[in-house]
Amino acid sequence: MSVFNRAGQGPLDYHRRLWLRLYVGLTFLVIYAPIITLVVFSFNDSRRNIVWRGFTTKYYWKAWNNDSLIEAFINSLTIATISTAISTILGTMVALLLWRFRFPFKSTYEGLMALPIVVPEICMGVAMLAFFSRVTGFPTNWIWPFNLSAITVAHIAFSFPFVAIVVRSRLAGFNRELEEASKDLGASEWQTFWKVIFPFMKPGVIAGALLAFTLSLDDFVVTFFTSGPDTLTFPVKVYSMVRFSVTPEVNAASTVLVVITILLTIVAMRFQSPEKIATG
Amino acid sequence: MSEPIISIRNVTKTFGPVTAVNDVSFDIQANEFFALLGPSGCGKTTLLRMIAGFSKPSAGQILIDGQDMVEVPPNKRPVNMVFQSYAVFPHMSVEQNVAYGLQVVGTPAAEITTRVANALERVGLDDLRTRMPDQLSGGQRQRVALARALVKQPKVLLLDEPLSALDAKLREQMQLELSQLQQDVGVTFIIVTHDQDEALSMADRIAVMQEGNVDQIAGPGALYENPANRFVADFIGKVNLFDGRVSGAQAGKLSVETAVLGKVHLNYDGEAQHQVSLAVRPEKIRISKTKPDVEGHITLGGRITDWAYYGDCSHMFVETQNATRIGVVIQNTTRDAVDALDIGDDVHLFWSPDDMLVLNN
Repeated sequence: MSVFNRAGQGPLDYHRRLWLRLYVGLTFLVIYAPIITLVVFSFNDSRRNIVWRGFTTKYYWKAWNNDSLIEAFINSLTIATISTAISTILGTMVALLLWRFRFPFKSTYEGLMALPIVVPEICMGVAMLAFFSRVTGFPTNWIWPFNLSAITVAHIAFSFPFVAIVVRSRLAGFNRELEEASKDLGASEWQTFWKVIFPFMKPGVIAGALLAFTLSLDDFVVTFFTSGPDTLTFPVKVYSMVRFSVTPEVNAASTVLVVITILLTIVAMRFQSPEKIATG
Repeated sequence: MSEPIISIRNVTKTFGPVTAVNDVSFDIQANEFFALLGPSGCGKTTLLRMIAGFSKPSAGQILIDGQDMVEVPPNKRPVNMVFQSYAVFPHMSVEQNVAYGLQVVGTPAAEITTRVANALERVGLDDLRTRMPDQLSGGQRQRVALARALVKQPKVLLLDEPLSALDAKLREQMQLELSQLQQDVGVTFIIVTHDQDEALSMADRIAVMQEGNVDQIAGPGALYENPANRFVADFIGKVNLFDGRVSGAQAGKLSVETAVLGKVHLNYDGEAQHQVSLAVRPEKIRISKTKPDVEGHITLGGRITDWAYYGDCSHMFVETQNATRIGVVIQNTTRDAVDALDIGDDVHLFWSPDDMLVLNN
């Protein structure tokens, strides 16, 4: 083996090779340089985003005091919370159904379930727009938060399949004898679910919920098509601000969104870590 | 004999076109250590699962303590099971695992504490009560599964291949412990196994199954020395089989014509079909380098072709003139036994006709 590898280097120790390190470094640079620039320029003491003129946090204060931006932010959080709650329950139920039961056209159903993941978002957005405009009497001018219901329904539609997939893959590792053992020891179907099956699924459910939350919080395309004239979400509001000028205020607002998304993703990944699955 | 604790009556189970259990009937007595033995796919696990309630018979009745159980769900049956994978709940500590079966039926907390402590002590896990299952060895996890089932004080404990996942040394130790435990707690044990040693060493009675049928139910000794048919003889232990044709039968005597042994006269008062198999266990055969001077024995000449030394005994194959291989086991009762015989030696085999079995195919 020493013919092919330098000393102390196993056949799969690619991370020690210089060219591979450079390649990985370049990839990370391409992915993260724009985001880092965005974050850095949110602290730029200038009305324009082009030249660095010194450090300031005033644009964070400005964004904080921008009422319509804050309203959009609260809208986004509200939509994300409601759609996460519903899509988590729905997605978990779908996962259980697919895991537990055999029924005719199961594979067709499974395929249809995953469709929202593969359908281009723009198609989904247009379809949702057409749908909500045809459904007569669907509330667009109700009081908050019911004016957000169209967006929320749309978000549930595209995020619950993600929950279903995450929970389903978690359940695939479940030992059915655990369920039988529980019943054998005298537990009812209901007790078995809550005391044995659910604790096993929980990391998957939490990971799925965080994924749904992030998807909803970030979503622009579907939201753009389903938001009414008076309802703005955070990404849509940022977009409309950019149309006038890209100010550090936009950067500041975006930075907050990036931070929230990253934090939630880290938590989600922790819940899905291999050790968690292995011990289950 | 008292009322049987379990009564299997004409139980059949089919999965589509496959018949897993075919019209099986037998009784199991209280406090018995009963084994269901057979090769994989013989229906033994299916039968056990029907007793536990995880699977419903296609036809027939299963009575536990005199009550028909076919419509009773598993959580309402007075039986508990130790699963092949042990199925210890991974998110609960040892103690919580054992307490689970009592908590779900609403046993008072004080009673749970004492019963769990007793059960853990019984299986020798009292020091590990706060451990999580991933911190336990396979043997310890099995003890958790045992304690968890026994704490429910079942009328019958079902064990599905309980020792198959353990290494050889631990398996031997657990065999002894299970027998001891069964005597201590006085609960009926039903064990499913494909391992004849396990069944022979632990069980009071063994049901040998093949393709959904029970071929024979007997104690270990009777099963080994008086197998009901060719399958049982071949499955339990090793055996040399000789096909033969009945040439004469009268008042307790049987004459069988075989290709290898010639005409054999036996004491036999059972039924004999036209075609039979004669069988002799390898350890019943004696071996000698000189022609033995024995009256009325079956004798056979041959040459040793294979030899395996096991310390306490040696296994060998002897090939006869007409190329039949006969397995022989000799006990190495003296230290020089290892040098006495070798591959290529011409030997004489002989055994008493009383050690021969007549098997209907």
